[in-house]
Amino acid sequence: MKTKIFCIAATLMLTTTAHGGGMNDDPFLTMLTVDQFEIRAGEGDTPLVWDAEGWLGKDLNKLWIKTDGEYADGQVEETEIQALYSRAIAPFWDLQAGWKRDIRPSPDRDWFAFGIKGLAPYYFDVDAALFVGKNGRTAARLQFEYEFMFTQRLILVPEIELNFYGKDDSAVGIGSGLADTEVGLRLRYEIRREFAPYIGVNWTHLYGNTADYAREEGEDADDFRVVAGIRFWF
Amino acid sequence: MHTNRILTLSDGINLPRRRFVKGLAMGGALLGLGISPERLFAQSRAASTQPMLRGKHFKLALGPQHVNFTGKERMATTVNGSVPGPILRWQEGDSITLDVTNNLAESSSIHWHGIILPTEMDGVPDISFNGIAPGQTFRYQFPVTQSGTFWYHSHSGFQEQKGHYGSIIIDPITPEPFSYDREYVVMLSDWSDENPEDIYAKLKKMSGYYNFAERTTDDLVRDIREKGLDQTWTDRSMWNTMRMSDRDLSDVTGYTYTFLMNGQTPADGWTGLFKRGEKVRLRIINGSAMSFFDVCIPGLKMTVIAADGQNIEPVSVDEFRIGVAETYDVIVSPKDDRAYSIFAQAMGRTGYARGTLTPDPALTIDVPQMDPYPLLTHQDMGMDMSNMSGMDMGSMENDTKEMGAMSNNMHNMPGMGGSKQQMAGMAMDMGGTPGHGSKAEIVHAKTEFGPHVDARAQAPQYRLDDPGVGLRNNGRRVLTYADLRNLYPTPDPRDPEREIQLHLTGNMARYMWSINGIKYADAEPLQFKYGERLRITFVNDTMMNHPMHLHGMWSDLETGDGKRIPRKHTVIVQPGAKISYLVTADARGEWAYHCHLLYHMLAMFRKVVVS
Repeated sequence: MKTKIFCIAATLMLTTTAHGGGMNDDPFLTMLTVDQFEIRAGEGDTPLVWDAEGWLGKDLNKLWIKTDGEYADGQVEETEIQALYSRAIAPFWDLQAGWKRDIRPSPDRDWFAFGIKGLAPYYFDVDAALFVGKNGRTAARLQFEYEFMFTQRLILVPEIELNFYGKDDSAVGIGSGLADTEVGLRLRYEIRREFAPYIGVNWTHLYGNTADYAREEGEDADDFRVVAGIRFWF
Repeated sequence: MHTNRILTLSDGINLPRRRFVKGLAMGGALLGLGISPERLFAQSRAASTQPMLRGKHFKLALGPQHVNFTGKERMATTVNGSVPGPILRWQEGDSITLDVTNNLAESSSIHWHGIILPTEMDGVPDISFNGIAPGQTFRYQFPVTQSGTFWYHSHSGFQEQKGHYGSIIIDPITPEPFSYDREYVVMLSDWSDENPEDIYAKLKKMSGYYNFAERTTDDLVRDIREKGLDQTWTDRSMWNTMRMSDRDLSDVTGYTYTFLMNGQTPADGWTGLFKRGEKVRLRIINGSAMSFFDVCIPGLKMTVIAADGQNIEPVSVDEFRIGVAETYDVIVSPKDDRAYSIFAQAMGRTGYARGTLTPDPALTIDVPQMDPYPLLTHQDMGMDMSNMSGMDMGSMENDTKEMGAMSNNMHNMPGMGGSKQQMAGMAMDMGGTPGHGSKAEIVHAKTEFGPHVDARAQAPQYRLDDPGVGLRNNGRRVLTYADLRNLYPTPDPRDPEREIQLHLTGNMARYMWSINGIKYADAEPLQFKYGERLRITFVNDTMMNHPMHLHGMWSDLETGDGKRIPRKHTVIVQPGAKISYLVTADARGEWAYHCHLLYHMLAMFRKVVVS
């Protein structure tokens, strides 16, 4: 996989050419946004959670990396990573396709990922993806985010994420249908555009068989937490 | 007639609080580089004096130079070691030679902006010549066939943003049709401590990075209280549907820029002296990378006598907007023994450049307040206001849907790379007599549809008498393009043989710019036939002002009177508007044609071939 990513990156870089007077209107750029890097306080342990995405490439074609995960009790309890080829297909929309691996909980699950990401009218950030795995496994994810600007630097961000699965996967504690929702509300202060501490709340809720699997493990199907963290990009 | 010309440009004064090495930073690199006696004289007088070189043979050195505009030392890219570079004073009718030595570590160039000259002297790398390699000296040599106020700047990479610019004064052979006692160059510019490459990368990553004037929930609450929920929703629905901001005036703002007047920061201010009763000519040049300025001198009427170095019928105004690369000459007649503020607020109201005209350095004046933050209107989106009289909600909603639907059109896959569509919509029907603009239909080429273009003006209008966003109905007499009438009869009164319609296009969120949806790297050159008279009509499909600059030939701006068409070298195309000018293709060769906003220019650019 590393080789594949390297190949895509190399291809993107090689297409970079300069034009008249050293003017290259479309330079090869990289960006990493750590949208969430936070502790979540509530009942039981206090995990460290991250949600980050980055890209490298040019105006219309990019390689995207997305990862999120949770670290608690000295180990990574949940994490996944995606590597996607992203192509602009409309002024505010990118088509993204590639590979997703769920690394924790074990065992690994590999998926083909296909989605669109962009800005809907009324400034809703949308990331919607379908996933197809081995043995007929399917999944879908919908993410919406909005930014309320109280001031030019104080910004309230409500967000919601929904995960759906095509069939039960008891080995990793996933049930078919709507498996979980995550609703967040974070208030950040942009000291600089690139750096913002924030506080907020996060509520996850498990449904159906997913909730049952969790209860069998002694976990709660409903988890409300107060969060504090930093958001940064470069 | 003017009298004191020689003396007055070195009459600047030194304010006590000026920090040393402020703008006009003199470097050791200058020594032995052909500084004229006048230059040495100027340097010895005061740090704020504008260095000036005159004659027929000039030696200029491009080099790095430490400067400090913000309290932090930075490396500028300079001409003869100062920001701005020296004033070059030429004489119409002379044949001049300029030896430009590049002491930078990278290739460089000087473009003589607005000067009519042979293409190989125009100074655009890869079009007129190969650029000046590090360590090399390039000899520019050309006859001076015009007079007025112009400027010069690098045409390589982002060097202009780093200080590589200066002014040009050309004295006419025949006496000027106005008189004055004293004159000053007023060079406006924008300085950033950031590297221009970083600014460009930030704009690509987050196009609103420098915009700290976005709508907030406070504005929302106030609007709802004042206008009610329904009206607030209606007012905002189009912007929200289009995913655009009515606060999007300038891509790069005072957040990073320090605005300069003759190389002086707002904290220091530039100072020019006058004696009561004198007529003072100000040669105002916008040498910014990205900033438009609204210029006024509270308490003084300004008589505009020239635009882009070309004499116009004098018009008396309180204020004018100067786009990037434009020049205006004004004459003011201070009647009192008091100081006056020369106030140049950036169009986005995120800062200002300022200076003082005063009879005595001890006399100062308070700096005026900036005007409120201006908002873009539906008009600036290229909508037909006549269909919206009395806020007809029905038609407005339809427009909104239509525009939103287009932005959302997922089926229009991009025609990137190909340039077959470029000529579409170019061969227009004739119509519109000289001076009165085009009657051709507005046609959006297929290449304008795709992820690289976020909007297309639905009903772009001629808005010559519109002073522009932020200046409308402000209680002051503001210059508009409709005021510009050539002082002399139209130089080429022929009807245009054909018309080329060019659409200024872009995607603000992705920070991509283009002409007809095609960026320079993918574009075929525009072909002009030698000797022909043609009309260019620009349609601005974006929400930004674009100052369009044609090299090598004049842009004869159609302002409503075919007999007195004014000549310009840089023409502002207002957001959502159209504008037309006539060009006589009297200069063979290859020329650059582009938006003069530095970070748009890379892609919103065409090569013109006259053959």
